[in-house]
Amino acid sequence: MSETHLQNEAIHVDTERGNFSYPENYEFDAGVGLTEDTIKYISDVKNDDDWVREFRLKALEVFRKKPMPTNWADKDLENIDFDKIRYYLSKGQTPSRSWDEVPDDVKETFERLGIPEQERKFLAGVEAQFDSEAAYSRMKEDLEKEGVIFVGSTEGLAKYPEIFRPYFGKVIPTADNKFSALNSATFSGGSFIYVPKGVKLKQPLQAYFRINAENFGQFERTLIIADEGAEITYMEGCTAPKFETATLHSAVVELVALKNAKIQYITVQNWSSNVFNLVTKRGLADEGAEVKWIDCNIGSRLTMKYPGVVLKGKGARGEVLSIALANDGQHQDTGAKMMHLADNTTSNIISKSISIGKGRSTYRGQVHMPKHLKNCKNNTECDALLINTNSRTDTYPAITTRGQNNTVQHEASVSKVSAEQIFYMMQRGLSEGEAMSLAVNGFVNDLMKAFPMEYSVELKRLIDMEMEGSVG
Amino acid sequence: MTPTLETPMESLKANEPAWLAQRRAAGLEQFKSLPMPTARDEAWRFASVGKLEIDDYNPAEAPAEATLDALSERSNLVTERAGRMVYVDDVPADFECIHHELTEKGVIYLPIAEAIEQHPELLERYFLKESTELGSKKFFGLHAASAKAGSLLYVPRGVEIDAPFVNYYWTSGSRSAVFPHTLIIAEENTKVSVVDVLFSETDQNEALNVSVSNIHAGPNAHVFRKVVQDWNHRTVSFQLDTTVAERDAQVKNVAVNIGASRARYESQTRIDGPGADVKMYSLTVAEENQEFDQRTHQTHNAPNSVSDLLYKNALLSNARTIFSGLIQVAEGAQGTDAYQTNRNLLLDPTAEANALPGLEILANDVRCSHGATTGNVDEAELFYMMQRGIPRRVALQLMVFGFFEEVIDKIDSDELADNLRKLIHRKFDSRLKSF
Repeated sequence: MSETHLQNEAIHVDTERGNFSYPENYEFDAGVGLTEDTIKYISDVKNDDDWVREFRLKALEVFRKKPMPTNWADKDLENIDFDKIRYYLSKGQTPSRSWDEVPDDVKETFERLGIPEQERKFLAGVEAQFDSEAAYSRMKEDLEKEGVIFVGSTEGLAKYPEIFRPYFGKVIPTADNKFSALNSATFSGGSFIYVPKGVKLKQPLQAYFRINAENFGQFERTLIIADEGAEITYMEGCTAPKFETATLHSAVVELVALKNAKIQYITVQNWSSNVFNLVTKRGLADEGAEVKWIDCNIGSRLTMKYPGVVLKGKGARGEVLSIALANDGQHQDTGAKMMHLADNTTSNIISKSISIGKGRSTYRGQVHMPKHLKNCKNNTECDALLINTNSRTDTYPAITTRGQNNTVQHEASVSKVSAEQIFYMMQRGLSEGEAMSLAVNGFVNDLMKAFPMEYSVELKRLIDMEMEGSVG
Repeated sequence: MTPTLETPMESLKANEPAWLAQRRAAGLEQFKSLPMPTARDEAWRFASVGKLEIDDYNPAEAPAEATLDALSERSNLVTERAGRMVYVDDVPADFECIHHELTEKGVIYLPIAEAIEQHPELLERYFLKESTELGSKKFFGLHAASAKAGSLLYVPRGVEIDAPFVNYYWTSGSRSAVFPHTLIIAEENTKVSVVDVLFSETDQNEALNVSVSNIHAGPNAHVFRKVVQDWNHRTVSFQLDTTVAERDAQVKNVAVNIGASRARYESQTRIDGPGADVKMYSLTVAEENQEFDQRTHQTHNAPNSVSDLLYKNALLSNARTIFSGLIQVAEGAQGTDAYQTNRNLLLDPTAEANALPGLEILANDVRCSHGATTGNVDEAELFYMMQRGIPRRVALQLMVFGFFEEVIDKIDSDELADNLRKLIHRKFDSRLKSF
């Protein structure tokens, strides 16, 4: 039985879940609540430069002024109590839960996903993963030879301000929304990556490794810059459930693809079902560049995430491929934004969502061709699959088009797994659950192909597990 | 806001029954207390609300007798009809009574003011009962406070009428505010059709229109309503329409929108009975600085029902259109088929089309889809025709009119369809020559 299945009560805030009695032995702890002092404390610990300190304090002002986006968003947001959140915990060393404290169903999940022993412990937050630590340093060496910079946010801003500062907070300004402001004030952790001109990374970089070097905060900040002609694939998160004591996760991810560069950013989000996951992700694509988001949302209580691409240069290309799976008590509010700002730009959005039990999945999208552009194209497809009679799905796209020879097409459909399909498969000896899983995997299959192989294998298993008990 | 608009006319108050006075007072209160829409309101997204002003309009003074006659004369889109009503600035200009055969069967076709006097119990049940959920509550309030012109059509059980009832609502005076109301009540096993025509006397007379129409389609009632909106470019218009469909009812709405400087069209369909089938078609031709703001709801509260929406917009020069539609399938409304299509044809690079096609689905055994496309004339198709010897200009015309034809085809009356083609072509011909 999967983690998300266990929580049927969506309404009250379950702050205890996943709280494996953390001993209070952090080296640095900014306390509960958010004030100027909290921010200053974070800056002191991180030894921020003056401009970063200022940036954080300004962001705090913005955060306080901005209203919650509750005029359109899920009312569940109102349940977030900003005064009860710890904004900064630095472990300094490895986390210190014990393996015995990890619940059995989680261990079972690892078992069935086929996650290696060492990784399981890391994923459960029990210990750092020494194997990958080693792998990380090996990888780092290779990358350094090519001139690639792969560091944490603090290190990136302190050591390489000439590279990162010009783009930091430019793709997603502090005032973009309340949660980007919150992140700008409190950010720590995340990856800062620079790929020099013409360097094409063959292997994907994984946040996974990065996590070890500096533990993933709940307000991580990622900035990836691919210089002219460079190519990079970045993978964040992983398929196993990630257990967090934090109830609010609010990241900011900025991608900058300069002329003819390519960035592919892959996320598999499987937070435990007490987490509010409110993430702002946006890429900037210069002339001939390509930014591609592959986004899978399986966990969390409420996810609000709409990866976007600003198509700034001629011939730029943007793509969002997303899979969302909402089980009982979950709301996956995801989507995509495509801002066409130059001629001959194209964008593609394919979103597939599956709602199980009382789960709710929402697609929210924006396609904007505001100026007198020529030859721009957008294609959007949203397909929703509803498993149970009380499952729910919504689609709210917004499309603005002007200009010459531009075409925009949006299509959405809602369907269920047909009784005939299930009957057919069961007749051939599959159990009802297996038949359902097969049908659902078939529904997302064409998107799965876009994933690296090992990810799609794990995702398939994960979907199988989520589907269990959903029929009958 | 002028004091005149906020004070319901004394004449209205005088003879009206208590329930109506109460609804008017509530409407006025709603109009006064609700704020003007802002750009932050989701229901007004993309609309240029900043330019929306309804100040300095007055309930119009009675037009001259000659004007009433002349405009009645011009009310000739449909010759074969079961009845006709003509209003100019909310003043009755002409009323063709229905055939006594229909009267004997119990059909009621009356101006609203007379209907209030003669059939108060019917009106109490239906008149001003369906407000809008699509954003214009404030303006619905204004309508409720001020509506005195309009028609009641009541068709009793089992009566089928082939010829349409035609209502003409003209504006004529300077900065006049009009509040036409069309109320259609079709009982079980009936068949009826209505045409509403919204016209301006000249190209110049400025006007504010806040019209409301309600269709109540009883079990297995067949209702067909057509709306032709061709205000002049100095008119600000709100059309707040609702349709309620009961078991096995079949309702078809066709709207052709050509005029007004700003036209907000709210169309709400609520399916309350299983087996109902509601169609919504609209064709809009937008040019110059016109803004057409269309908001629709298709709400399925009952299982095994069908709704289908097709809104087509053709845009020229600096025109803007906004289509915002939502299909809502309530929990338990299994077996729903709901479709929504919005097609925008951009004929000039400065025109802007916005589309917000939405779905909210709370049942799993449904077939729902929506599609929105925006684009220019397909060059490949043009090339195909030119290759076969058709000049580019003619080919373009054929394609644009072909785009319209899909909706005009639904009108189901050759005479009206021809008249609509004339209205649209008049708007288009001069432009197409310059392509």
